[in-house]
Amino acid sequence: MFGWFTFVLVVVVGLWLYAIRRAPEPVSKARARQVQNRWILWGGLVLPITSMAVILAFGVPAGHQMLPLPPAEGKALRINVTAHQWWWEVQYPDSGIQLKDELHVPAGVPLDLHLTSADVIHSFWVPRLGGKLDMLPGRTNVLRLQADEPGTYRGQCAEFCGTHHAHMKFTVTAYSPEDYQAWLREETVND
Amino acid sequence: MTNLSEEANCKREAQLEHVWGNLPGWGALAAVNHTSIGFRFMATGMIFFLIGGVLAMLIRTQLAMPEQEIIEASLYNQIFTMHGTVMMFLFAIPVLEGVAMYLVPKMIGTRDLVFPRLSALGYYCYLFGGVIILSSLVLEVAPDAGWFMYTPLSSNTYSPGPGSDFWLLGITFVEISAISAGVELVVSILRTRANGMALNKMPIFCWYILAMALMIVFGFPPLILGSVLLELERAVGFVFFETSGGGDPLLWQHLFWMFGHPEVYIIFLPAAGIVSTLIPVFARQPLVGYRWVVLGIITMGFVSFGLWVHHMFTVGIPQLAQAFFSIASMLVAVPTGIQIFAWLATLWQGKVVFHLPMLWIVGFLVVFVCGGLTGVMLALVPFNWQVHDTHFVVAHLHYVLVGGMLFPLIAGFYYWLPHVSGRMPSDKMGRWGFWLFFGGFNTTFLLMHLTGLLGMPRRVYTYEAGLGWDWLNLISSIGGFIMAIGVAVIIVDIVLHFRFGRRAEQNPWGADTLEWAIPMPVNAYNFSSMPDITTRHPMWENPELVESIAAGEHGLAEVQSLRRDIYGSDAVTGKVREVVHLPTNSWLPLMTATVLAVVCVSLLIKAYLIALAAAAVALVLVLRWSWENGAHPRAAPVGTNDPVDPPLHSRTCDGPGLWGMVVSLMANGTLYVSLLFGWFYLWTAAPQWSTPETSPLALIPLAASGILLTLAVMIYHGAVSRLRKRNAGSLGLRLWLASAIGFTHWCLLAWVLQTSSLQPTELAHDAVLTVALYYLLLHSGLAMIFTVLQALRVQRGYVGSSLPYEPIVIQPFWVYTLGVFWLSFAMFLLLPMAWGAP
Repeated sequence: MFGWFTFVLVVVVGLWLYAIRRAPEPVSKARARQVQNRWILWGGLVLPITSMAVILAFGVPAGHQMLPLPPAEGKALRINVTAHQWWWEVQYPDSGIQLKDELHVPAGVPLDLHLTSADVIHSFWVPRLGGKLDMLPGRTNVLRLQADEPGTYRGQCAEFCGTHHAHMKFTVTAYSPEDYQAWLREETVND
Repeated sequence: MTNLSEEANCKREAQLEHVWGNLPGWGALAAVNHTSIGFRFMATGMIFFLIGGVLAMLIRTQLAMPEQEIIEASLYNQIFTMHGTVMMFLFAIPVLEGVAMYLVPKMIGTRDLVFPRLSALGYYCYLFGGVIILSSLVLEVAPDAGWFMYTPLSSNTYSPGPGSDFWLLGITFVEISAISAGVELVVSILRTRANGMALNKMPIFCWYILAMALMIVFGFPPLILGSVLLELERAVGFVFFETSGGGDPLLWQHLFWMFGHPEVYIIFLPAAGIVSTLIPVFARQPLVGYRWVVLGIITMGFVSFGLWVHHMFTVGIPQLAQAFFSIASMLVAVPTGIQIFAWLATLWQGKVVFHLPMLWIVGFLVVFVCGGLTGVMLALVPFNWQVHDTHFVVAHLHYVLVGGMLFPLIAGFYYWLPHVSGRMPSDKMGRWGFWLFFGGFNTTFLLMHLTGLLGMPRRVYTYEAGLGWDWLNLISSIGGFIMAIGVAVIIVDIVLHFRFGRRAEQNPWGADTLEWAIPMPVNAYNFSSMPDITTRHPMWENPELVESIAAGEHGLAEVQSLRRDIYGSDAVTGKVREVVHLPTNSWLPLMTATVLAVVCVSLLIKAYLIALAAAAVALVLVLRWSWENGAHPRAAPVGTNDPVDPPLHSRTCDGPGLWGMVVSLMANGTLYVSLLFGWFYLWTAAPQWSTPETSPLALIPLAASGILLTLAVMIYHGAVSRLRKRNAGSLGLRLWLASAIGFTHWCLLAWVLQTSSLQPTELAHDAVLTVALYYLLLHSGLAMIFTVLQALRVQRGYVGSSLPYEPIVIQPFWVYTLGVFWLSFAMFLLLPMAWGAP
């Protein structure tokens, strides 16, 4: 996508500069009109429409993956996240685990994050895992994410939410399935 | 021409100068002349630009290094909020309005805008509103919830200080100026063009301004409504955006972006108009595809109203809606593409002369196309989810706004400088300014795309080291300071040129449009006589216009009865229909704006009684203003030498006032439709919407008051129909009767409101209903007062069978009031009942 757009940018600017430098020969009115229409038709209609088709072809399937549709196999893990000024309340409804500012998840398993807010609008975002979704008071939005590899991922509030917005962060720790089970056992025992 | 007639010509021009000029000394504050007002808009806007720029420098200083504590979080939040607010509301729109106000009458061959006092009022509202908003920064209570003021962050609970009030009241105040400029530009362009200038012979710039002005008329009301509702919620606790009472914070986002997205095009269109004006001049070749470009402008205007949701892709709205808005967002690329390639084809076919303004135009192209392309990327929903609210968006919006607005604006400044000063800008220093600015800009914002992709959110006052953002931010900050130096060079250049610039010859760039037929530097009345224009390129085809206009060989060369006269023409063909007499210098706009500023400040300090009193004074002033019209001794009293063919506009039935009324009602109607939108939105989408057990209003008396209103409108309508046939028999009586019945209706409606069981502080349902009722009360009250005034004017002899103008202007207001009443009755009361709610 970036490649194509850079190409368009360079070509358009190049054509302009050439058009400015070029010394045209006098042409007949009819010929001039033909040339004009061709520019507007190709540049003004065909080019933008093709570009759109290209990026939609790329974008639509990518968007589809992010929808909270039932996964092909297994079941998505549900986690409730409630945002507060300026921290994250994390809750696992299946196991009753409560956490603050951290999520622990199994890698390779789809996650359904049920997002809401207790005060102002926040936005849940783990840049390396996928898109963001706003957290609104009075509503619950569902975000589908999946961590493919075990590891620690950084997350941050992405909707301006007041004085300490810059410090409203959290971490997502993804485990291999066995490690995740171990973590789960440990957490439930502690309770 | 003999010497004697030359002397006579000098005398004639001196008289024109006397009639059209501003008052001397402090009297300049009473000026209504479009050249003066346009200047003031531009100069004030540039000052706000510098203030906004200083704020930006503070932001870049804070972000230059990770974990800096130069500016603490709460102050930083005020600074970035004010940077956005100042740049969007106090710089971009007013400056472009100023450019349009200055240029449009000159391009369409007339002497002033059609509602000169309104221009002056708009300016003072803008100035006072801007000062009020900025004073919050000095008082250290500036708004700090971001320039789009999302609730609930901007609500009482989470922003208890006066910051948000400053924003809501100040911006609403400034918007009065935007809407008045919008109305005025629409009517001026449509109704006061030079004789014979049909729509398809109009300079392309005026098409852009027409589109911009119409977009202001339809685009600003949603935000005004949103601001009023939010201020009501903050000040008296009405529920609109609070979830618990059945409100919804998302309603604010919808209202804001219904304004906010068209706003981007409101800023872009006039700037693109500058590009479309300059390129043909420097290519020595008419704009290629004039019709295509006009079509592109109109399409852009329409499409831009269907895009607002793309600012809200991450709030979790239905997928189908997202797909729709995504494709609509991309579609904007088509009319933009048409324009870019029309410009390219013009350059292609022409022999280009490369001067300083062209340098800025090329800069515009590079930056804007880049911004446009990242815009198409952002329209793609999954990509948007990733980069929304990151520095990628910050980079994108600066590319679009600075590229799409500031670059063409500076090109235009350089291009029209000789027109203002009679001197040419310096080429060398101008080039230094350009390269510093262009280089600085790209250094700041090109890499910022990457910063965003690396995950840096916007609006953070600091960030941790080691995330890969450090060096990017440092480079951005350095670029920002280079850009600031560029701005300084440009300002010094422009200031110096007034003193040292080479004297410009007439029409120095070899332009085709009519503003260059005026002597330079510009005079107060533009055209010493008003020529017929039948071509799109008058100065290319008839360069001798310069002499013939100055010699007084065209229309309205002689001043009549010390009036400011211009031609009013047909909206489509441009054929002259009437002589429009314009008001002269007046203190009323300044007085009205001052009183409105008192309203604004007393609302801020919550002195509601003072606010109410000041509002009443403002109403009196505005009524006084309308009183000095038509056949009033200060306007155009009936005389023996009144022109007959074409007649004076105040003697006709279809003058510019009627057009002004209709365009204002379009803006007003948009405000009302936004309220209806709010109603249906909350009804269907608010998570905790609830209706009261029993209907809070007495239905029968309400319907009865509606019938009274209908009766009043019928009587008024009958009176006006007879007046149109020049039958003024018992006109005064009919007007008194209409106002009396209108008054009964008003009292009944007020009683219904008084005795209702509405709980606007508990339920969003009741809050919307209350606002609707006050809206109706305001309208029928105003209609009644206007009519009483007309009845008095009949007695004074200012209105009558030969003077039918004013009652006809007020008629649409009555009809609108009636329409809104029954529409409200149906939508707020009958429809919910039919739905089964009480």
